[in-house]
Amino acid sequence: MTEATMVATAPAVDSSLPYNDAVPGAVVGEWATDTDKALFVAPDKLLALLTHLRDKEQYDLLSSVTCVDYSAYKGKARAGIPERFDVVYHLYSTKKGGGPVRLHVRVPDDETVPSATSVYPGANLQEREVYDLFGIKFEGHPNLRRVLTWEGFHGHPLRKDWKEAYYEEEAKPFKSRHPTGGYHWHEDKLPWGDNNTYPAGWDPDSWQEPVTYVPVSQAPHHGFGELDTQSIVINLGPHHPSTHGVFRMLTRMEGETILALEPEMGYLHRNHEKIGERNTWLMNMPFTDRLDYINSMSNNLGYALAVEKLLNIEVPERAQYIRVIMAELTRIINHTWSIGFILNDLGALQTPALYAIEEREMILDLFEEVSGARLMCNYMRFGGVVRDLTPGWEERAKYLVHDRLPRALDQLDELLSGNEIVKARGRGVGYLPAEDLIALSVSGPMIRAAGIPYDIRKVEPYCIYDRFDFDIPTLPESDIYARYYIRLLEARESVKILQQALRDIPKKGEVLGGKGGYTFRPVEGEAYARVEAPKGELGYFVVSDNKANPYRYHVRSPSFINLNALGPMSVGYKVADAVVILGAIDIVLGEVDR
Amino acid sequence: MTTTPVVKFSELKQEQLSEFLHDRIQVPEDLQANVMVTTLDKVYNWSRKSSMWPLLFGLACCAIEMIATAASRYDLARFGMEVMRPSPRQSDLMIVSGTVTKKMVPAIVRIYNQMAEPRYVLSMGACATGGGPFKEGYTVVSGIDKYIPVDVYVPGCPPTPEALIYGLLKLHEKVERQSITTVPWYRKGASEAIPVPVLGPDIFDPRKVQIIKEQTLGSAGAAKGGAAGKARLQPQPIPEDVKARIHAAQAKYRAQKQPA
Repeated sequence: MTEATMVATAPAVDSSLPYNDAVPGAVVGEWATDTDKALFVAPDKLLALLTHLRDKEQYDLLSSVTCVDYSAYKGKARAGIPERFDVVYHLYSTKKGGGPVRLHVRVPDDETVPSATSVYPGANLQEREVYDLFGIKFEGHPNLRRVLTWEGFHGHPLRKDWKEAYYEEEAKPFKSRHPTGGYHWHEDKLPWGDNNTYPAGWDPDSWQEPVTYVPVSQAPHHGFGELDTQSIVINLGPHHPSTHGVFRMLTRMEGETILALEPEMGYLHRNHEKIGERNTWLMNMPFTDRLDYINSMSNNLGYALAVEKLLNIEVPERAQYIRVIMAELTRIINHTWSIGFILNDLGALQTPALYAIEEREMILDLFEEVSGARLMCNYMRFGGVVRDLTPGWEERAKYLVHDRLPRALDQLDELLSGNEIVKARGRGVGYLPAEDLIALSVSGPMIRAAGIPYDIRKVEPYCIYDRFDFDIPTLPESDIYARYYIRLLEARESVKILQQALRDIPKKGEVLGGKGGYTFRPVEGEAYARVEAPKGELGYFVVSDNKANPYRYHVRSPSFINLNALGPMSVGYKVADAVVILGAIDIVLGEVDR
Repeated sequence: MTTTPVVKFSELKQEQLSEFLHDRIQVPEDLQANVMVTTLDKVYNWSRKSSMWPLLFGLACCAIEMIATAASRYDLARFGMEVMRPSPRQSDLMIVSGTVTKKMVPAIVRIYNQMAEPRYVLSMGACATGGGPFKEGYTVVSGIDKYIPVDVYVPGCPPTPEALIYGLLKLHEKVERQSITTVPWYRKGASEAIPVPVLGPDIFDPRKVQIIKEQTLGSAGAAKGGAAGKARLQPQPIPEDVKARIHAAQAKYRAQKQPA
């Protein structure tokens, strides 16, 4: 064989690319755009590279798995690459901290990708989501079913050539509505007057719902001694008082003991990402409010940070402080709310929750004052916040953070932490070791309650969090009680940050940097920004092709990915405990299903 | 300039709404401290509206405001409504609080069918009313009233607790106007269950099977792929044979439910 043919069959390994010395041929290129860098990975070497990164380079947290369909991409950076899809992985290190390693695996249509679940079990739900919305099959995935839509749904909605029933145009503002304001009722175009589409040749009379294999149906059988007991499958939800919304837990139980538990979601799938691709960049801001609807301010912040990376805007000093103040106020809202509802799930119906959310109304008054809305604040903008604080706002906030909130948190601590029932139901229940939690991509208070001091505000500071003096509380137990108590401790740290921020905030100044305006075209490229939302790592992955609309808009939601741990945490406990275990993960369904 | 007096609906129904009928029915003087004369409707409606139990049923963001309404500051207990029942059998009012998705609609219709009459539905927020900001989404239903009847719509995204309370008071007004002689749940025969939608390639209402078939199996469907065509097609009434089939299915369902 001549030298030339050898090069043709096995391309030379470019040793200037990272990691190629350890895993030869794994990294085939670098996507150098104006923003963050990404590495292209050969699909057959993906697992070897992931294993290397996990074991040797300490990248132990597979934060985000998502996909981009580049078939309609207009940018220059993508020219000459024939593959249609890119599966995008973001890896972080809980030991080293710092920024991500971003991997792209290029996939042609109808090809498979090796599943990362054997290296990072936390890829489970995210790969199912990619399969559901893009139709990419992951080889070796233990349970590749649809997750957000239902089994039998036609097509894969986030493919660029898939159009919804109410499809008008590729991008907003639609011609029918702007500038004249005329409006077509798209219901009228469909004979059944609804936003449903059916494939041609489909006969509704002969329709049979597909029978799907759900793992709980084949759970291991545990007989107690000679007594041959039969395990049964019990379905909690989607309408169930314990599930915090529309969520379903399929459990296999022996008596009251859980043998296997499988979360079923998608009952609140509101197509954030498809709608987000049609919207202009700014139009997505109010939609982020509705992700985790208990803390809209944190969601706003994460999205603003991601787009600011593309736009390269400087945020004014006063706006930085306002952002931190708002984000920390929502953290207190969220943590007190979640404490109240953990107690609700423990059976202390309503009374502790009423105490816990009492201060929330005071904070919501402050939000309403600056933004005009209690819940859906829509307050942040790219380059700052939409309007300045109202006169006297800071004094009212100071009264709250110096006087009322510390007292309210002390009161909760006093009433609940020493409570015999809370201890008996919480201690040692829902235990999962820290390594397992990280392997399952869990983030937020859950891993800090397992003794890992991983908080994005410290390990990869954003905004101005590096200026404040605060601690990352950790507890070693990793059980329900620790997850309850860590939230109390974190709320106290938030009060500390708020006191400093309200002391140091500049009295006057700009609150909105950049050029402003409703429409702008960010540079071509992709950006991932993450914030420590109250529920964990909230990441926004945006891809721009220099248009007024995002090419791809993906939300890495903590609630969704933390649900990876629900099954492993619940096995072996009673069904009444599973309810609290779910409550202590603290999910919001708007964010789970998006 | 002529002035026309504004006649409110409540004024037209004054007869029914009047507190006591003392002017017409004479109560002897010595009994007036103990005897009160009113209509049966008035007592019946007053008792129903004063203890209307909502279903503990949160769908999305609006559920948070619904909880806030029930909590300390807004205190839904003032209206006798703080007892939220998770079981549809024990509740009178379904507050559809949030975005209704296609995956969830079969469950909602089942829950509605399970509620005992008299039952009311309050559509809370823009999403439950008409799809709201997510209307264009592919798994979002453009309003719960496509499937179940709604009594009161509360606008807002999300409605503030004040708005929800206003909507609930409007519902109370509606209850007060009902008469025991005309309410549907005392009529002969069982009330009809709403057919549960089915999740196919997309969700479909069993009542609309014929229209869907014409589109997907007919020439129009084959040409256009079942998606939105250029012609503005109007919704058509349900054909008789489809109606007959639905009635047959309902009769079968009822026969199954009959106790042995």
